[in-house]
Amino acid sequence: MKRHKLPHLLAITTLCSFLGADTASSIREIRSVDAEGRGNESAAEAWSKITKGDANTIPVLLAAMDDANVLAANWLRSAVDTIAQRNTKSLPIAELEEFLSNRNHNPKARRLAYELIARSKPALAKKLIKNMLNDPSVELRREAVQGILDRAQKEDSTNLYETALNAARDIDQIDEAKNALTEAGIKVDLPLHFGFLMHWKVVGPFDNTGRKGFATIYPPENEINFAKSYTGKKGTVKWSNLKTADTYGMVDINEPYGHLKEVVAYAHHTFESNDARKAEIRLGCKNAWKIWLNGSLVFERDEYHRGMRIDQYTLPIEIQKGKNQLLIKLCQNEQKESWTDQWQFQLRICDSSGTAILAKNRLPTPQPKAPTRRPKRG
Amino acid sequence: MKTRKTLIFPLLLLPIAIMAEDWPCFRGPEGNGFSVENKIPTELKKAWKIALPGRGLSSPITIGNMVFVTASSGSIQDRLHVFCFDGNKGSTLWERQFWSTGRTMAHKKTNIAAPTPVSDGRYIYALFSCNDLVCLDLKGNLRWLRGLTRDYPNASNSLGMASSLLVTGKTLIVQIENDSQPLAIGIDTNNGKNRWKLSRPKSANWTTANLLPGAGKGGKTLVALQSKDGIHAINPANGKTEWAYEGGASTIPSSTRMGKVLLVPSKGLTAIQPRHDGSTYTQLWRVSKLRPATASPTVANGKIYNVNGAGVLSCISPDEGKTLWQLRLKGPFSGSPVAAGKHLYYFNEAGLGQVIDSSGKEGKIVSKVDLGETILSTPAISNGALFVRSDEHLWKLN
Repeated sequence: MKRHKLPHLLAITTLCSFLGADTASSIREIRSVDAEGRGNESAAEAWSKITKGDANTIPVLLAAMDDANVLAANWLRSAVDTIAQRNTKSLPIAELEEFLSNRNHNPKARRLAYELIARSKPALAKKLIKNMLNDPSVELRREAVQGILDRAQKEDSTNLYETALNAARDIDQIDEAKNALTEAGIKVDLPLHFGFLMHWKVVGPFDNTGRKGFATIYPPENEINFAKSYTGKKGTVKWSNLKTADTYGMVDINEPYGHLKEVVAYAHHTFESNDARKAEIRLGCKNAWKIWLNGSLVFERDEYHRGMRIDQYTLPIEIQKGKNQLLIKLCQNEQKESWTDQWQFQLRICDSSGTAILAKNRLPTPQPKAPTRRPKRG
Repeated sequence: MKTRKTLIFPLLLLPIAIMAEDWPCFRGPEGNGFSVENKIPTELKKAWKIALPGRGLSSPITIGNMVFVTASSGSIQDRLHVFCFDGNKGSTLWERQFWSTGRTMAHKKTNIAAPTPVSDGRYIYALFSCNDLVCLDLKGNLRWLRGLTRDYPNASNSLGMASSLLVTGKTLIVQIENDSQPLAIGIDTNNGKNRWKLSRPKSANWTTANLLPGAGKGGKTLVALQSKDGIHAINPANGKTEWAYEGGASTIPSSTRMGKVLLVPSKGLTAIQPRHDGSTYTQLWRVSKLRPATASPTVANGKIYNVNGAGVLSCISPDEGKTLWQLRLKGPFSGSPVAAGKHLYYFNEAGLGQVIDSSGKEGKIVSKVDLGETILSTPAISNGALFVRSDEHLWKLN
């Protein structure tokens, strides 16, 4: 959220004016930390000064986490921990509550504010959490959803399970609500809830002997032309449609090509967005892969068969208004063990809280042929 | 706090602030599970037990009366904890939390708090599988931190990483070795910046490095980095390989040092010894049937002890690798054993602690303690007690 950076810094400076110039300067030093340990020495000095402050410093430090990089946020969070542990009985509850109520603040900082409130005033925290069912903080939302799930189970209420499902972003909670609803005969469209992309065009197999295919540039990396044919590993290959009806959006590349080894395939999806926005590609894949969005490489990873799960990789992206071209390269290696048979992926587009972003051109979810099993986490 | 005055000779290899009763790293001061303490009970009783808020495979480490433990919590284990407990009372002295900045996926048997932290006696260095690395002083003040996934975006393993930290002089040795971007990094303990960075063999690797005192030219201390290729003995000042054993090695159990000899889980168990001039090593023996499983070998009473995948403990002579006796233990074992005096302490995955007297012609189980929880970690020995952790608790046993 860089667009808010300048006003935000001004806000921090204003807040710091109550606590002195030293605090503002220390926060600036901490916020300057960066990759490869840059800024660690200055940040340590600043941290030492800032943690000598009293509990009133805490809301300022929490606010300083807005737009801070993840390293600076960790410096600031440990400063908050340190001050809070020394001032357990004098936490500024009203200020923390005000901070928590402002959903524009860093979601993790707001969760920390909530935990500080819960430590001193558990009854107040219990009351506050009830209003956080659709909170941008995944952790706050999770706790609120758990409250609804507990009630749903106690009251055997499908309405409450539906409420929980709509708000839930964590897979275990989604599963719990979905299972209860399914048992009650209510149909749940999980791919839609998650935002899994179910319809793809695929082309392959290309050669991946000796795992060399990962670095080899095959034609789909240079052009997307569904009418064209290419020379594949064993003859001519061309684009074809591949859809999945899997509850968790698993796209099985073995399905069109057979259970092959040392091969590469490409899958393409056109994602039409109503507006330009920040988003995340969330991928689960146990094969080596590369992803391009609108022709630019987003990330690549050459790891094979070390496990997969939903949302295994989180890749921040900017999607453009209109059509977005998503291309994924999937490499299968030479391993022969039964657990290396999979050549598959599951991919969704969502915001940073895990809420699905649905494309304008999204097609109805294909109907499953038979029940499928979600790969376990870990 | 107990007066800390028992400084002993081998520990001079470590920074001055480390004392005999301290257990500053994975498998103790010598990196082999052996403690020089002579008052460790053979009948273990639960002195205290404290609840932990998150999972962890890392071992406790101790400095003086302080016990440091790492843990990870949250629905995706993205909450990282460093605890300091009072070793006498089992009470919390301080806790610091951090948010993971790297990937938190791991096989269900392991977790994000898998690497054991290390201390040089003045500072605690804690690494997590998501590549977050923090340096705190003994009072919990943050000195520096790194998010190594931010620096090296593919340095991760979807099964989780577990190599523990090692510190020598002013260099912290960090291994984040995996299939995609495998690295070993020498980090300046003063500020957390890289002194050097090495590309390592492309393979998942969960082993922990060993110090090799006097193994380099001019009697320098080297660091033995283990991988599928074998052992690279590197100069910790610059990361340069001084010599290499290229016979291959396991990527799960770690090597064990016994005096000047390094026992490498390689083609069974292979004993190598650095040459006096520091130029290379000599292979002393190799026994192919001695195959360390997940637990690393330990040493005690002038002998080597190895447990295989079937739970059979072998007592091995150090000169030729001959098996002197065998004893079937109740396994399986994920954590490595520890030892003090003539006794060995093995905790199996079911939480059963088995104390073995190794001094006779045959090994003998002299006592057992059932912790009633899954134990996958390696205990620490300190101040006359054992410290053992599970995903839920930390125990003091004495």
